[in-house]
Amino acid sequence: MTTPVLSIRNLSVEIPTRQGIVKPVDGVSYDVGKGEILGVVGESGAGKSMAGNAVIGLLNAPAHISGGEIWLNGRRIDPLKGEDMRRLRGKEIGMIFQDPLTSLNPLLTIGDQLTETMLTHLPISRKEARERAIAALEEVGIPGAAERIDSYPHEFSGGMRQRVVIALALCAEPSLVIADEPTTALDVSVQAQIISLLKRLCHERGTAVMLITHDMGVIAEAADRVAVMYAGRLAELGTVRDVLTVPQHPYTHGLMASTPLASQGRKRLHQIPGAMPRLHHMPDGCAFHPRCPHARDKCRAAPLPPVANERAACWFPMLPEEVQ
Amino acid sequence: MLAFVIRRIGQSLLVLLIVGLVAFSMFRFVGDPIDNMLGQERTIEDVERLRAQLGLDQPFPIQYFKFLEGAAQGNFGVSYRQGRPVAEILLERAPATLELAAVSGVLAILAGIALGVFTAIRRNGPTAHTIMAASLIGVSLPTFLIGILLIYLFSVELGWLPSFGRGETVQLGSWWTTGFLTESGWKALILPAITLGLYQMTLIMRLVRSEMLEVLRQDYIRFARARGLRSRVVNFRHALKNTMVPVVTVIGLQLGAIIAFAIITETVFQWPGVGLLFINAIQFVDIPVMAAYLMLISVMFVGINLIVDILYVFIDPRLRVDRNGGH
Ligand SMILES: Nc1ncnc2c1ncn2[C@@H]1O[C@H](COP(=O)(O)OP(=O)(O)O)[C@@H](O)[C@H]1O
Ligand SMILES: [Mg+2]
Repeated sequence: MTTPVLSIRNLSVEIPTRQGIVKPVDGVSYDVGKGEILGVVGESGAGKSMAGNAVIGLLNAPAHISGGEIWLNGRRIDPLKGEDMRRLRGKEIGMIFQDPLTSLNPLLTIGDQLTETMLTHLPISRKEARERAIAALEEVGIPGAAERIDSYPHEFSGGMRQRVVIALALCAEPSLVIADEPTTALDVSVQAQIISLLKRLCHERGTAVMLITHDMGVIAEAADRVAVMYAGRLAELGTVRDVLTVPQHPYTHGLMASTPLASQGRKRLHQIPGAMPRLHHMPDGCAFHPRCPHARDKCRAAPLPPVANERAACWFPMLPEEVQ
Repeated sequence: MLAFVIRRIGQSLLVLLIVGLVAFSMFRFVGDPIDNMLGQERTIEDVERLRAQLGLDQPFPIQYFKFLEGAAQGNFGVSYRQGRPVAEILLERAPATLELAAVSGVLAILAGIALGVFTAIRRNGPTAHTIMAASLIGVSLPTFLIGILLIYLFSVELGWLPSFGRGETVQLGSWWTTGFLTESGWKALILPAITLGLYQMTLIMRLVRSEMLEVLRQDYIRFARARGLRSRVVNFRHALKNTMVPVVTVIGLQLGAIIAFAIITETVFQWPGVGLLFINAIQFVDIPVMAAYLMLISVMFVGINLIVDILYVFIDPRLRVDRNGGH
C-alpha cells in the first residue's frame, strides 16, 4: 500500500483551563491519500478545527498536542517546532479559512500576497513569481487575472476572494490542503462553485484535502471519504457512499436525518434531541449515549466503545435494515 | 481626492475662525492691558485715549474682525509690551520651539513605535512587562514634575546637563537660529526634549501595543502564518502596516499637542520659544501676542490634521474610492 499523504494516529489535543484540562480532540485517527478528499464533519464544537490546526501547527496556546502522532508523506511532523514547522506551512500544507472577507490582508494587493508566499517557498525570481501568480489566479477562475493582480482584496466579491484564498493556499503546490469550512461564510449561490473548484484543482494535482464542514450536503457533494466527529472523538469513518447511505453510528444516522439532501425525498427533518456534552462534563463511556435512542447499560459504562467493522465507534452499530 | 482635499481645507478654515472667536471672547477675562501699559500717574483721559487707539473700546466681535483683517494681510499688530511687530517677535522665537518640538516628536514617534511593537510581539516576556509598568509612570506624572526631577538629577546632582536656556546658537539665514550645530546647544536640548516627548512616547507606545495586539488576532495574520511566511514578515509587513492605520491619526494629534504642551516645558527650562513668550504675554495681557500665538497653534493643529487625513487615504487603499474602476 502506498503511504498516505496525511496520517493521524491517536491524536489528542488538550487545553488546560481553570476548571481542569479539557480534550477538544481525543484519540482521533484517520488517513488522507493522494488526490483524496476526506470530509471531516460534526456539529459545531466537535473539535474539527482543533484537529486541523494541530496538523498545521497553529494551535493557539494554551491548546497543545498531548498525544498521538501526525505523519505527512511518511515523515513525522507533530514534534516539529518553530522554523521547521513554518517551512512546512504553505509549502507542504496549505490552509483555507472560513471567511474570505477577513482572510486577506486589506492593505496588500492580492498579487503581493501571492508573490510573497511563492518567494518564501520556491526558488524563483520576482518576475517568475508574478507570472505564476497571474497563472494561479487564472486557474481559480478570476477573470482578467493579469489586470486584477494589482487590485486590493476589497475590490473583489466574497466568492472571488475565496477563489483568491484558494489560489494562495495552493500556490506553492502543497501535498495537503486543510479547508476549514471554506463555504460556510459564502452566499449559497457561490458555495457549489467554490466546492467544485476545490475538487477539480485537487484532483488535477493529486492534492490530499481535509475538508472540514458541519454540512453533510458539502460532504455528499465533494468528499471521497468521511470522518464523523463527536465531542472530540471519531464516531464513524468510511467512504462517503457507505457512511451516507448506511450509517452505522446512531449519531451519523441522526446527522443524516437532520440534513436536507437533494437526493432524499422531502421528509420531515429530524432533530437529534439534547446537545453535545460540554468538554468539562464529558459522560462516562460513549459520549453520545445521553442522546442516543439505542443506548444500553454497556454504553454508559467506563470503557469507550471499540471501532466496529472498521467503521463506527459504537457497541451496537446500526444494521442496514434499521436505517430507512 | 482633490475634492476631498478642498472640502477638508474648507472645514479647516471654519475651525480656525471659530477657535479665533472663542479666544477673543476670553481675552477680556485675562485682565486689562491698559493697567500694565500706563504708569501710576495716569489720567482718565489717557486711559480712554489709549483704549480707543488700541481699539479696545470696541465690542469683541469687531476687535476680532479687525484682527482677522490684519492677519489676512500678514499683519498681527504690535506687541503692547515690546512695541515691536508681533510677527517679528514670533519669528524670532519660533526656531527654538520648532527645534525642541521636532526632536521631542521624532523621539516620541521612533521610541514609541519601537517599544509598542516590542511589547506587543513579546507580550508575555518579563522585559515587556517591565516596560509596560514603567510606562504607567510616564503617563501619570505631570510634565512639569518630570522636568523638575530631570533637572534635579542631571543638573543639580550630577551636573551633566544645563538646567535652563538653549545653549549657544548659530544664525542660519536671515532669521533662523539653531542649537543643532553646537555642543552646548545639544546638551541644553536633551532634558527639555525628554520632558516634552516622554508623555507622547508612552501614549504612542501603549496605543501601538494595543492596536498591534488587536491586529495580531485577525484572520489575515493567521492566514499569513498558515502560508508559512516568516515571523518577521508577518509582524512587520502584515501586522505593523495595519497597526499604523489608526495610529497615524493619533500621532498627528500628538505632534500638535507637543507644540502646545511646549508651554510647560519651556517655562520649566526657561527655553526661549513661543510658549514662554505666550506665558509672559498673559502676565502682561499682551493681546496681539496672545492672539497671534493662539492662531499659530490652531493653524498648526489644523494643518497637521489635514496632512494626517491625506496620509490616511494614502496608507489605506479602501479609502481610495475614486481611483481605478474597482468596486
Ligand atoms: N481556549 C479554550 N478553552 C476551553 N475550551 C476551548 C478553548 N478553545 C476551544 N475550546 C473548545 O474546543 C472545542 C473544539 O472547538 P473547534 O475545534 O473549534 O470545533 P469545531 O471546529 O468542530 O466547531 C469546542 O468545544 C470549544 O468549546
Ligand atoms: Mg470550526
